[in-house]
Amino acid sequence: MPAPAHSTAATTGAGRSSSTSLAPERLQAVPVRHWGRLIAAAGAAAGLAGLVGSLARNANLHWEVIGHYLFAGLIFNGLVTTLWLTVAAMVLGLSLGTLIAVLRLSANPVLNALAALFVWVFRGTPLLVQIIFWAYAAALYKQVMIGIPFTHVTFLRIDTNSVLTPSVAALLALGLNEAAYASEIVRAGIQSVDPGQSEAAHSLGMTPALTMRRIVLPQAMKVIIPPMGNETINMLKTTAYVSVIAAHDLMSNIQDVYAQTYQVIPMLVVASLWYLALTTLLSVPQARLERRYGRGTARATRTSPLRRMFTGMTGVTGTTGKDT
Amino acid sequence: MSVPMVHAQGVRKQFGRLEVLKGIDLTVERGQVCCLLGPSGSGKSTFLRCINHLEKVDEGQLAVDGELVGYRRQGSRLHELREKEVAARRRDIGMVFQRFNLFPHLTALENVAESPVRVAGVNRADARIRAGRLLGRVGLADRADHYPAQLSGGQQQRVAIARALAMEPKLMLFDEPTSALDPELVGDVLDVMRDLAADGMTMVVVTHETGFAREVGDTVVFMDEGVVVEAGEPRQVLLSPRHERTQAFLSKVL
Ligand SMILES: Nc1ncnc2c1ncn2[C@@H]1O[C@H](COP(=O)(O)OP(=O)(O)O)[C@@H](O)[C@H]1O
Ligand SMILES: [Mg+2]
Repeated sequence: MPAPAHSTAATTGAGRSSSTSLAPERLQAVPVRHWGRLIAAAGAAAGLAGLVGSLARNANLHWEVIGHYLFAGLIFNGLVTTLWLTVAAMVLGLSLGTLIAVLRLSANPVLNALAALFVWVFRGTPLLVQIIFWAYAAALYKQVMIGIPFTHVTFLRIDTNSVLTPSVAALLALGLNEAAYASEIVRAGIQSVDPGQSEAAHSLGMTPALTMRRIVLPQAMKVIIPPMGNETINMLKTTAYVSVIAAHDLMSNIQDVYAQTYQVIPMLVVASLWYLALTTLLSVPQARLERRYGRGTARATRTSPLRRMFTGMTGVTGTTGKDT
Repeated sequence: MSVPMVHAQGVRKQFGRLEVLKGIDLTVERGQVCCLLGPSGSGKSTFLRCINHLEKVDEGQLAVDGELVGYRRQGSRLHELREKEVAARRRDIGMVFQRFNLFPHLTALENVAESPVRVAGVNRADARIRAGRLLGRVGLADRADHYPAQLSGGQQQRVAIARALAMEPKLMLFDEPTSALDPELVGDVLDVMRDLAADGMTMVVVTHETGFAREVGDTVVFMDEGVVVEAGEPRQVLLSPRHERTQAFLSKVL
C-alpha cells in the first residue's frame, strides 16, 4: 500500500489506521458538497413560496375573475384566431422565406437584388408599423388591380377594403415580416451544406431544382429547424400586436373584456396562462422535427421539450435578436 | 474506327487570372482505363470536372462519346445547353470524389437508389432491388441500411461507386478515390475499381497509386502546370519516363 494513503488516514483520525492488513479497502467516493448552492436554492424556493402565497391571498388579483374568463367562449374564440394566425403566418413566412433565400443565392443579379430589397424593407421597419400599414393600405390604393403595368390591360379589379379585413391585414403583416427573417435562416441553412453535395447530385444527373429539393434542403433543415422553432414560439406571442388593429385574436378579446370591466391584471393573467400553455405545447413538435432531420448524424437531440423550455432552447443558434 | 469515349482538343480553363488548363489534348478509347498523374495543383481535378461540365471549358473542344459537353453544335456555332440538357448528359458519366460526398441524410441503399428513382424514373421497388444488388457487388450487402456516418471511409467510397454505377454510366471519372482513406482501406476500393475495369468500363482515374496505374491502366498521362507532359503505356511512362519533370515527380511518389 502506498505510504501517502496511510498518512492521510492517520491524520484524519478516523480510527481506521489500525487496518494494517493488505486486504483491498472499499473506497467510497463522496462528492463535494456545495453548501452555498444549497443555501441559495433554499432561499430562492422560500422566496417563490412566499410570492405565490401572497398572490394567492391577494384579493386584487381576483382569482374568481381569472377562473370565470379562463375558459370563456370569447377567450376561446380569440385563442382559435391566435392559433390559425400563428400557423398561417409561419407557413407564409417559411415558404416565401425559402423562395427569397433561393433567389438571394441565385446567379441572377436582378432577382438577387429584389430579394435583398425585400429583406431590407421588412426587417428594417418596426412590425407594429407594418401591421398598421396593412390595416390602412386601403387609404393608399382604393382598388387592387392585377394587369400589365403602364397599360390599361387589367385581369382583376377588387375593392381593397373588401379583401383587406383585419385578419388578412394581420396575416400579411406577420407573414411578410416573418418571411424576411425566415429567408435569412434558410439561407444560412443552405450555405451550411457542403458544396460537394450539390456536385455529387449534379454528377448523378440531378437538375439544380431537384438537387435543392432532395439533397440540399433536407440537410439544411438541421440548421434551419431550431431557430425556426424559436421563430414559431415567438410568432405565437407576437400575434398579440395585431390587437392594435382589432383582429380578434386572444389579446384583442382580452383587451375588449378589460376595457369594459377594468379587470386588467386578472385578464392579463388569463392571457399569460394561455400563451404559456401554447408555447409549451409548441416545443413538442419542434423536438420531434429536430430528431427527424438529425437522421444520419451521430448525435440526435434527446432533451425533453419541457427541459428545453427551462434551459432556453437548443444550442445551435441563438435567438434572431428580432426587435418588434 | 469507333468514336473515342473522351476526346479533348486544346482544352483551356482559367480561374480569373490563373490559367489552370493550358491546352489539354487527350483521347480515351471505349473500354480503356486512363490514369492521370501529376503534382498537386497541376489541374487534374479541373480537367476531370470539365469532362462532366461541373466546370465550363473556356476554349477548345471536349466531347464524350462524340457529343460535345455542355454545348450543341449548329454550323460553326456552339450553343450552351440548358440546365436540364446538361443534367441529362451527366447521367451517362459517373463521378467518384476524393471526399466521397455521400448524402448523409440517406442510408447507403437510399444513396444508391435516389437518382434512378428521381432522375431516370425507375419505380421505387425496382430501384431498391437494383441498389441492393449493386451494394452486393461492392461487398456491402449487409450495410444497406447504414447511414454514411456509420460506415468507414473505405465503405463510404464503395457506396459512392455503387451510387455512380446505379445510373448505368458509360464512363466513370475517379478523382483521387483513395487519397482520403486510411492505408489499410485502400485495397478494398482498388479491388472494386479493378473489377469494374475488367468488366469493360471506360474509366478516367486521377490517382497517386502507381501500382494500380501500372496494373489496370491502359494509358498513363502525366500532367504538370496545366499541360500534358507525357502520355503512353503505363510501363513506359512509369518505369522509363522521357521527361525530366515526370522523372522528378515519380521519384517523389514511388
Ligand atoms: N473554383 C476554383 N477557383 C479558383 N481556383 C481554382 C478553382 N478550382 C481549382 N483552382 C485552382 O486551379 C489549380 C488546379 O487545381 P486542381 O485542378 O484541383 O489541381 P489538382 O487536382 O491537379 O491538384 C490550383 O491552383 C487551384 O488552386
Ligand atoms: Mg485534385
